This record gives sequence, C-alpha cells and structure tokens, in this order.
Amino acid sequence: MTVNSVQKDSDQLTLILTAEFDAPVDRVWKLWEDPRQLERWWGPPGYPATFIDHDFTSGGKVTYYMTSPEGEKYHGWWQISDLDAPNRLEFVDGFGGSDGKPNPDMPTTVTYVSLEEITSGTRMTLQSKFPSAEAMQQMVEMGMEEGLTLAVGQIDDLLAEDAGVSV
Amino acid sequence: MYNHMVVGLEQRQEEIDLLFQALSDATRRDIISRAMVQDYSVSGLATFYEMSFAAVQKHVAVLERAGLISKHRNGREQLVRSDAAAIRTAYGVLEDVEKLWRDRIDRMGEILAEPEQGETI
Repeated sequence: MTVNSVQKDSDQLTLILTAEFDAPVDRVWKLWEDPRQLERWWGPPGYPATFIDHDFTSGGKVTYYMTSPEGEKYHGWWQISDLDAPNRLEFVDGFGGSDGKPNPDMPTTVTYVSLEEITSGTRMTLQSKFPSAEAMQQMVEMGMEEGLTLAVGQIDDLLAEDAGVSV
Repeated sequence: MYNHMVVGLEQRQEEIDLLFQALSDATRRDIISRAMVQDYSVSGLATFYEMSFAAVQKHVAVLERAGLISKHRNGREQLVRSDAAAIRTAYGVLEDVEKLWRDRIDRMGEILAEPEQGETI
C-alpha cells in the first residue's frame, strides 16, 4: 500500500512528496530505469507515454511523447544531471517541439528523486523545484504579513473600504 | 479531458514563467503588496523607493505584462491595482504539480502491487 505525505516546503517553496512502497529499493528503481515500466505511470490515464531515448545515466538524455486519444503527440524530454543507482536521480524536464528537441522558450522544472530502504520497503522522496522558488516563497511570506489571503478573496471590499481614507 | 490538461499546461507554463519572473524582484513584490491595499499612481509608488520614476515605471510594466497588476483611469490619473486572480494562479501552480505527482505515485503503487514478471500468484 502506498502512503503519501505532501509538504510544500516553507523554506524553498519546493514541492516535496514522500511515498512509501511495500517493495525493495531495487524494484522501485526499476519503475524509473525501465522505460517500459516508466511509460505505464508517467503519462496521465488515456495519455500513454512512449519513451524514445532513455539513456539512463548521469548526463544522459531521455525523450518521450504522450499520445492523446485523438492521436496527437506531446513531446517532452529529461536531461539527467545526476544519477546514482538505485538511490538517487536528478533531472531537468521540459517540453519540446515535434522533433523532440527542447523548446528553449519553455520553462523547465528540476526534479530530485531519492529512494531509501526502510523496514517496510522503500521511501521515495520526490522534490520538484520551480524556476524561481525563492520568489514564490517571498510571495507567501508577504501574503502572511500583508493579509494577502484575505485580499485575494476580498480585494474589492477592501478597496471600497479604503476609498474614503487617502494616505 | 486530459488533452485539455496537457495543452493547458504548455500554454500555462509560459504564463507561469512570466509570472515567476515578475515576482523575482523585491521592489516588484513590494509594489504588488502596496497595490493590494489601495490604488496608486506610478508617481505615488515612486515615492516609496530610492530609484528613478522611470525605473519604477519599468517595474510596473513588468508586473502588468505578467498580469499581476492592472491599470485603470481615474480622472487624469492612471492608477495601478494588483490583480488578485493572477496572484491566486501563482499559488495554484504548486497544487497542480502536487496532483500530477500524487496520481503518478498512485500508478507506481499499482504496478508494484502486481506480481513480478515470471512470478506466479
């Protein structure tokens, strides 16, 4: 049984997910290492992923496409920046053009995966980092200080109230 | 359904990139914060910062391009106001990614629950 825990890291505003699998580390690693297994979980239901290149080494390149029910293909890629089998994987992923080449105009995400052995099997920690996580974090802090959460829902009321009070 | 999601994600990525770039500067975040509470003219905003009017105007333009603020006219003055919906989009990004990975992890769990190849039940 899979147990998920999710944190939005308050220091980095990086998304961190932890899952525990009732399977050994080597088995979980295969989900990433074996492209035939990878394509069974990477794409959303109805959008199977097909991995073309799968150079699963540090510095290696992975390319894939997802096929829509209408037959349209959406290309994506990974650039593996660090890999230490069967415990650690770090890659940049992004979208590409139909030729499978990265689209330089599209932002990318950095994903870190770590697998560690625990008594019940494997703990997988997954971290997804945004291009400007620091900015996101500061936004949240600012939101707490300035009542942003309130403002998001009630900005018009707030403006109406403040209308008569000029600074 | 997911067709929309995948395409939507690509298009949204570009908007998100603009959004994040706009948020990456302390002055710009301060402008958003101030323009949440009340409307300001650009010259009104410029009094808060030790930089030229032109520099503040540039920051305002970046925020406007990212959709984080909007301008509206009040008599002769052009006022700047933060756009709450765009700010909410920035928060929604993390939730979208969380959903994506939760679903993937569920599928991984399903595969792991299958007997290994060559293994009999």
